[in-house]
Amino acid sequence: MAETVTLTIDGRQIHAAQGEILLWVALDNDIYIPHLCADREEEHPTASCRLCFVEVEGRPAPVPACTLPVTEGLVVKTRSPQVDGLVAAGFELIMSNHRLDCKNCSANGNCELQRIAKTRKLRLKPKNLPVLDKNLPVDDSATTFAYDPNKCVLCGQCIRACRRSGNGTLGFARRGYLRVVTTFGDMPLGESNCTECGACVKVCPVGALAKK
Amino acid sequence: MKITEEEKKIAIETTRQLLSTYNDSRGNLIPVLQQVQNKLGYVPAVAMEEAAAHFNVPAVDVYGVITFYNQFRLTPPGKNQVKICMGTACHMRGAHIIQESWERRLNIKMGETTEDREYSLERVACVGCCTMAPVVLINEEVHGKITPTRVDGLIFAHQLDKQKAKEGAAQDE
Ligand code: FES
Ligand code: FES
Repeated sequence: MAETVTLTIDGRQIHAAQGEILLWVALDNDIYIPHLCADREEEHPTASCRLCFVEVEGRPAPVPACTLPVTEGLVVKTRSPQVDGLVAAGFELIMSNHRLDCKNCSANGNCELQRIAKTRKLRLKPKNLPVLDKNLPVDDSATTFAYDPNKCVLCGQCIRACRRSGNGTLGFARRGYLRVVTTFGDMPLGESNCTECGACVKVCPVGALAKK
Repeated sequence: MKITEEEKKIAIETTRQLLSTYNDSRGNLIPVLQQVQNKLGYVPAVAMEEAAAHFNVPAVDVYGVITFYNQFRLTPPGKNQVKICMGTACHMRGAHIIQESWERRLNIKMGETTEDREYSLERVACVGCCTMAPVVLINEEVHGKITPTRVDGLIFAHQLDKQKAKEGAAQDE
């Protein structure tokens, strides 16, 4: 049995198991911290979306909450001018190549991006950056779901879920702006070794992977 | 780009042979892929699948590595390898326009090879003759101050050379 520690998040005293990841502790206590790439089932956080920053007392710069194990007496703030600035910038970058089509999107109302925008009072449509649409074809070849890479935020949730399901169909390919979640040789899902188990659809925080 | 059964067989054999000298530690993945490319000139899908099985990773991960680094080719190189300089000077002087003209004239995209395997296209970083920007390398030969019409000219010149060589060969017989 792990030792329990007491920490403070936004002035609230919270008890948690020593070493548990701050992000999950906060979420479990109804304190929302924006996050896309964190995964409870993985031991090593990828910390790639850079949205979960929090201010930790005694640390000079904000820290990603998904990488921080809690310790006794930890004092955190989920909001500060610095944190807000980082999150706003990160969010705007993500939105600058996300195809916005909420009206017709199956994730509408249940989208992590909408949630972040709402809780942090951010705009979905970037105002300082141009929106670049990758204009990649939607993969409609699977029978139960479709994949629209233009909506993908590259959080990697589907890739990890796909691996845990044992298929290992999905993975990252290419680099920089061209980075995509795809299959071996960019094969359509319907022709790949995908068994349509649906694990990826379940974890997609946006509408990129959606049931038909 | 079609790859023949014969080529597939050679690729599989080559890859297996190379793999047999490495253990399955993942750090060996890139060196093996580099050697495959050295031997074959490119890394075909079958080679990636062999490597994936050897290192016990999903094949898509090997594909991810191959597409991440510019040094890897997915298609066999053409007889004439056209390399378009995308260095800063060339970029500023319209390298992307030159890229577009090659793609349009050869009817292939960057990184691909024409169906007859005559030409392949790739992008390279500064080749060191910025004063002649934009620059194109055809095999080892440097061509400076390229314009779309010069692209047409280069292709035409190549075709003429080829025809002459053919006629010359016919006469020798
Ligand atoms: S959730 Fe922490 S960086 Fe993505
Ligand atoms: S940038 Fe093309 S030769 Fe230097």
